[in-house]
Amino acid sequence: MALKKPSVPFSGTAEQEAQLRQVIAELKDEPGSLMPIMQKAQDIYGYLPIEVQTIIAEETDTPLERIYGIATFYAQFALEPKGKYQISVCLGTACYVKGAAQILEKIENDLGIKSGQCTSDGKFSIDACRCIGACGLAPVMMINDEVYGRLTPDDIPGILAKYE
Amino acid sequence: MYRSHVLVCGGTGCTSSGGVEVYNAFEKEVKAQGLDKEIAVVQTGCHGLCAEGPVVVVYPDATFYARVSPQDVPEIVSEHLLKGRQVERLVYKDPTKDGDVIRSLSDTEFYKKQVRVALRNCGVINPESIDEYIGTGGYEALGKALTEMTPDEVIQTVLDSGLRGRGGAGFPTGLKWKLCAPNQADQKYVCCNADEGDPGAFMDRSVLEGDPHSVIEAMAIAGYAIGATQGYIYVRAEYPIAIQRLRIAIDQAREYGLLGENIFDTGFNFDLDLRLGAGAFVCGEETALMTSIEGKRGEPRPRPPFPAVKGLFGKPSILNNVETYANIPQIILNGADWFASMGTEKSKGTKVFALGGKIKNTGLVEIPMGTPLRTIIEDIGGGCPNGKKFKAVQTGGPSGGCIPAEYIDIPVDYDNLASIGCIIGSGGMIVMDEDNCMVDIAKFFLEFTVDESCGKCTACRIGTRRMLEILNKITDGKATMEDLDKLEQLSYYVKANSLCGLGQTAPNPVISTIKFFRDEYEAHIKEKRCPAGVCKALLNFVIDPVKCKGCTACARICPVNAITGELKEPHVIDQSACIKCGSCMSTCKFDAISKR
Repeated sequence: MALKKPSVPFSGTAEQEAQLRQVIAELKDEPGSLMPIMQKAQDIYGYLPIEVQTIIAEETDTPLERIYGIATFYAQFALEPKGKYQISVCLGTACYVKGAAQILEKIENDLGIKSGQCTSDGKFSIDACRCIGACGLAPVMMINDEVYGRLTPDDIPGILAKYE
Repeated sequence: MYRSHVLVCGGTGCTSSGGVEVYNAFEKEVKAQGLDKEIAVVQTGCHGLCAEGPVVVVYPDATFYARVSPQDVPEIVSEHLLKGRQVERLVYKDPTKDGDVIRSLSDTEFYKKQVRVALRNCGVINPESIDEYIGTGGYEALGKALTEMTPDEVIQTVLDSGLRGRGGAGFPTGLKWKLCAPNQADQKYVCCNADEGDPGAFMDRSVLEGDPHSVIEAMAIAGYAIGATQGYIYVRAEYPIAIQRLRIAIDQAREYGLLGENIFDTGFNFDLDLRLGAGAFVCGEETALMTSIEGKRGEPRPRPPFPAVKGLFGKPSILNNVETYANIPQIILNGADWFASMGTEKSKGTKVFALGGKIKNTGLVEIPMGTPLRTIIEDIGGGCPNGKKFKAVQTGGPSGGCIPAEYIDIPVDYDNLASIGCIIGSGGMIVMDEDNCMVDIAKFFLEFTVDESCGKCTACRIGTRRMLEILNKITDGKATMEDLDKLEQLSYYVKANSLCGLGQTAPNPVISTIKFFRDEYEAHIKEKRCPAGVCKALLNFVIDPVKCKGCTACARICPVNAITGELKEPHVIDQSACIKCGSCMSTCKFDAISKR
């Protein structure tokens, strides 16, 4: 499969690479350590560009296609960088029956991007996420680690303005 | 000794509504008032009533404060903790009883009918302290199993208790252990499924956040019973608080010699590791979960061989769900008969349900199996808010079905729900009222499974997608009655031809809504009408010329200028231009705009 050219060029630092190589050296002899390594790699770089996948493949003696296969299988591995502020709108059932779809639509309209995309200035990205378990506050969204609950579409402009 | 304990909920629900700030404010204020020798501030796990968070309970009188903000804390400290007077305005008011002031936690309708076994310590102890767990009888069951029972006796006790898997399928737990125990291998594994993926179900998370040691203790007991020395807990990465508390708990258990080598000087060795999921629903399936722990794409494997024979890393393994494990120490301590005395003939014990959706008391409830649905919805849950009519409850997430209002007296257990095409599943209960469209709900779940199908089986990968396309046609008002037949046919085809539970159950939400709400499907198809007023393509916003005062508010807010009319004259909506955003309806002060 041809790899899609990423929209943002890779800008990893030598420091990040040293950190990654150390993580791999620590974990690689444990059984089933590939996913933990990839999770740590994503913590270091924020996403898993092909350059990072290649380092993991070489250091763990695993074919790159297997790494790529795992990276694309699990929703939490990102091949593209995320925005500075990651907006996750919960589309779990409890939030959905209480109007989460209208919340998502309002954010998409206000930012002019669709779910899964990042604004051109790299500021905001939107994702529809799985149930985060704050069903008592439905509908819920998260911006980075901050949780906003009991939302109505009218709340959205005020919340987004805090991050402008 | 402290004269009073302030318990601040530190579950995900309350943390999301500001519980940590409230906890910090209490610590600060108690210290500032010089009360830190008399009053202990404790961060606990989930109390269950997440809708009223952040929740604070003050002992010894168990005063229940709801929706507390950090600004309220000085008042609680100076009034309640210093002067002994409850802060009336913050005490929980029962929404099911016209806002009666409820003084004590156990007096609420929400708690009164509950029997807490799996959740016994949630909201009661500090989950980050192994001493508090031990203080409530923790690790006694492990000691009893290791020193007084043979592995066979442990298995027999679990078997006799009648405990069935709480993750969804309801397989007898003792039988699972019994099938694995005799298989010889150099290594066996005990796994815990904490990949709670069903949207709207969060009981496993609450157990991990509120009482992580109960799961660790139970896994060690399971290890002793089947002869395994290594365990893995596979937990969703979406649960950061649960992961952190598990890590703390595992370290503490190792430090106390309750994990590791030669536990209780019996020569028994057992240790645990955490593995984090990465956002794949299919990994809740047992073989997919094990494949994922091995560090591969989490695709399911055909069975047989069953994991009891050939599971994780090709070795004999057992996998149980978090809530299942949370019951085990109590069963070992109190005996099989005690557990089997609760519940119905074939479903023993209690079950935790996560109540959500259109219900007043959203949160976690634990009740004996066989409790009528009406008790859960009306007495504990308080019914639908805003006087709306209860329509159905969805159980079992994307694998389950809908129970319509006419079955509200059904006793909830595995077999009763199965008899009407539903499942208990992991225990999510999403309540729906008259404003929810059942076709739209079926579509919601299909979108979920289309997204989460791992792609291995054609029937699931392509079949669910075709089903979703038909559902979209129906909600767009473009379907025919033949499409409905095709949808039903496809449902049974996907069920029959998928390898794992995901595909085999993916059509259930569709089958069950067609069975109980066929009239709604037909209204969409034949009359091009959505009775609940949800499906946008079938909606028309109309202005009632009698009620309209011609204030022009709607015309000004309409984003596509579809509304026209003279000042002080009735306005009209141009249906061909209308994008059905609903802004006009929410703006109108005279209730003159309705959707049909």
